[in-house]
Amino acid sequence: MADTIDEYAGEHGLRRIGTRPRLGNYIAEAWRRREFSWTMALLSRRSRHARTRLGVWWSVLLPLLQSMVYGLIFGVLLGSHRSPDFIPFLVTGVFLFTFVSGSFSAGALSISANAGLLRSINFPRIVLPVSAVVEQLLNLLGTLPILFVVALAFDLSVKVEFLLFPLVIALLALFGLGVALIASRLTVDVRDLSKLIPFVTRILFYVSGVFYNPERLGIDNPIIVGAMELNPVYAFLSLARGTLIAGYEVTIFHWIVAGSWTLVLLVLGTVYFWRAEERYGND
Amino acid sequence: MTKRDMRKPVVIVDDVSVTYTVYATGKRARGRLGKDGLVAKKSSLRKIRAVENVSFTVYEGETIGVIGSNGSGKSTLMRSIAGLLEVESGRVFASSRPTLLAVGAALMPNLSGEQNIMLGGMALGYTRASMTNSVDTIAQFAGLEEFIDLPMRTYSSGMAARLRFAIAQHKDHDILIIDEALAVGDKQFRNRSEARLREMRAQAGTVFLVSHSIASIRETCNRVIWLDKGKIRMDGDPIKVTQAYKEYMDSISTSPEH
Repeated sequence: MADTIDEYAGEHGLRRIGTRPRLGNYIAEAWRRREFSWTMALLSRRSRHARTRLGVWWSVLLPLLQSMVYGLIFGVLLGSHRSPDFIPFLVTGVFLFTFVSGSFSAGALSISANAGLLRSINFPRIVLPVSAVVEQLLNLLGTLPILFVVALAFDLSVKVEFLLFPLVIALLALFGLGVALIASRLTVDVRDLSKLIPFVTRILFYVSGVFYNPERLGIDNPIIVGAMELNPVYAFLSLARGTLIAGYEVTIFHWIVAGSWTLVLLVLGTVYFWRAEERYGND
Repeated sequence: MTKRDMRKPVVIVDDVSVTYTVYATGKRARGRLGKDGLVAKKSSLRKIRAVENVSFTVYEGETIGVIGSNGSGKSTLMRSIAGLLEVESGRVFASSRPTLLAVGAALMPNLSGEQNIMLGGMALGYTRASMTNSVDTIAQFAGLEEFIDLPMRTYSSGMAARLRFAIAQHKDHDILIIDEALAVGDKQFRNRSEARLREMRAQAGTVFLVSHSIASIRETCNRVIWLDKGKIRMDGDPIKVTQAYKEYMDSISTSPEH
């Protein structure tokens, strides 16, 4: 009997509703709405701090204040790093890490935060995590001038490798998108996971060399060193430091680590997110 | 599906059931979860069958009224026809993706009415440039010119519904589902939106109208479906179905359940 309905529907050009489109069409539909993602990112970034006096400036101030706190604790009080390049080292780490953790948590919330929109309008849901990441990227770009000033203040020469810096940021943006896509579906599937976001972020913060240089700490356990080297966030931070700070190198190995993780997370994340398309906004 | 109609079908709802899983709280839920102890998540989840084995076919040129008491599954059924809600079993076919207009929360509560118009239009697939041109027209249609730069969270539910309808009507829809969305507007707005609906229907559009107002159902629909506890109780001529519905509602209005 089911077949006859299928035939009857097909005869009159009816399509099934509530099933996801093919992946290619889905991405094409999402691409058609790129202006939405961009505008949504701009507007929600502005509205996020709308009731404060400093407004969008908070997105620059917060990572800066955070760097100062860590600088005070790890640089001055604990005194583990006496070298002068600790400041640009730390600021690079904190600013870039802010983007990664921001993409992770904003991506995870992007579906539940837009319930009103999901319930009223049909559109490829992937544009929501995309716009969450674009917003984080705008925040990151806003902090970069400070990063450059800090880097220059500690070493007046500009490295040739600086030319690679935009490439690091571009790759990082795609990496953040992959993370956001996976996080957004995970929290829809198992809502409890949204409670774990701060802990995952914290662990990632400690293991990614945001405020310490594992080489200078004298860690020689090969397993820990190996795990560290394969950590994509550490790879991104190392690449960024290599392009900005004298004495740090841009290595092919870190490009490979960062590039592979980005490729895998982006492809996996897109497919994973798309496969639950009809479920977003169900509750 | 044995009898074949010569008319052209627009929407086929084939044996659709929808079950909600909700977190139940309160006395009744506690009674259920007592045994499992600490990790009792599963037992506090209650399954609610909102729509049960509903089938019908809508043909070209029909305007379908959907009636039923609160909680009869009208909105759930409409959301699954619009593809906004996953069905548990069964299938929905349609000639194009239906658009649902419903009373509900603001689209993006922290953004202004104008920004909601821009983003809502772009989510529908319009370009930024074309939305910039249409913002004023849409605000005017909603009758919200004065409030258009206020955050949508400050809107009353009526104002929010007007704005959402104004955004959605901007696009021509082949299949439109209106779930009480017009009931909240004032008279002027209702006149404007009814005129727009007639215009859409004239362009061979199909309209579903969910309403508690028997009068407006009789006025606009040429077929009525009566849902009761998630099942179709009656389907057919507007006068007959609404008459039976009214009699039924009157007959149970004395019982404590209603």
